[in-house]
Amino acid sequence: MKFGVLQFPGSCDDADALAAARMVGDAELLWHGERDLRASDAIIVPGGFSYGDYLRAGAIARFSPVMESVISFAHDGGLVLGICNGFQVLCEAQLLPGALLGNANRRFTCRQLELLVVNPDTPFTRVCATEPRSAGKRLSIPAKHASGRFYADERTLDELDAEGQVVLRYAPGNNFNGSLRDIAGVCNEQRNVFGLMPHPEHAVDELLGGSSDGLCILGSMAQALEGALA
Amino acid sequence: MRARVLIRPKAGILDPQGVAVERALPALGFDGVANVHVGRLVELDVPDPAQLEPMCERLLANPLVEDYEIQLLDHA
Repeated sequence: MKFGVLQFPGSCDDADALAAARMVGDAELLWHGERDLRASDAIIVPGGFSYGDYLRAGAIARFSPVMESVISFAHDGGLVLGICNGFQVLCEAQLLPGALLGNANRRFTCRQLELLVVNPDTPFTRVCATEPRSAGKRLSIPAKHASGRFYADERTLDELDAEGQVVLRYAPGNNFNGSLRDIAGVCNEQRNVFGLMPHPEHAVDELLGGSSDGLCILGSMAQALEGALA
Repeated sequence: MRARVLIRPKAGILDPQGVAVERALPALGFDGVANVHVGRLVELDVPDPAQLEPMCERLLANPLVEDYEIQLLDHA
């Protein structure tokens, strides 16, 4: 199975996402100006500052040629993972609910975080539940962003909770950006599009940062696809 | 037609930029300032003013979290 990793002008985590994806499958970069997803089985919208974050983070990237294809791919049920700026792009594209606003602490913050896996029954988290070390309940993954405060109106938040669309929450004491209901990652109603602010692709090797907990997210996607392709 | 679009964070949503400015002003001796909010200003020439609202809805603002106000300016 093959991951397609989008590359916008201003992306900076595309190389790490590509390297992480290659630990669980094939992967190649997809340039923002192209419409062809090159037969990718899953898409990763990586972190960075697409189009300089001009206007609002993700606002311009959302209308790029490659995103037109990604939106169709998602509507057809394809797996799409948005990380950090990628999460912002997916919200702007209305593939995911809500919006990501400036951090409540008013700072660009980079730190290792503890996350709670709230819904282990998604194509993005099933393998996490089999991790022996944490029993899949807690993941140690870094975040680095200035605009990661998840916001949605109360009715939407209630729906997300009721439908199991809240996939990850910041563990107590870890919600530095002020996200409502401690939400770190959400999926769509159909469970095939998932966005999160922390960076699983930066937590794939214990030599670098002390945690490989991020691998279970990519591993879950690979397993879901191999099951589907088999 | 020259137009100006004012984009503001919706009332009730935490505005960290506004908070930062509000906290900076007393240090300069400007006491008693309250309810500071920071938004964006977009000025543009458009062939048809009817385009402005869809532009705001689709790109210039995020209606989920921002309010926008369109002002049409006279030709100078």
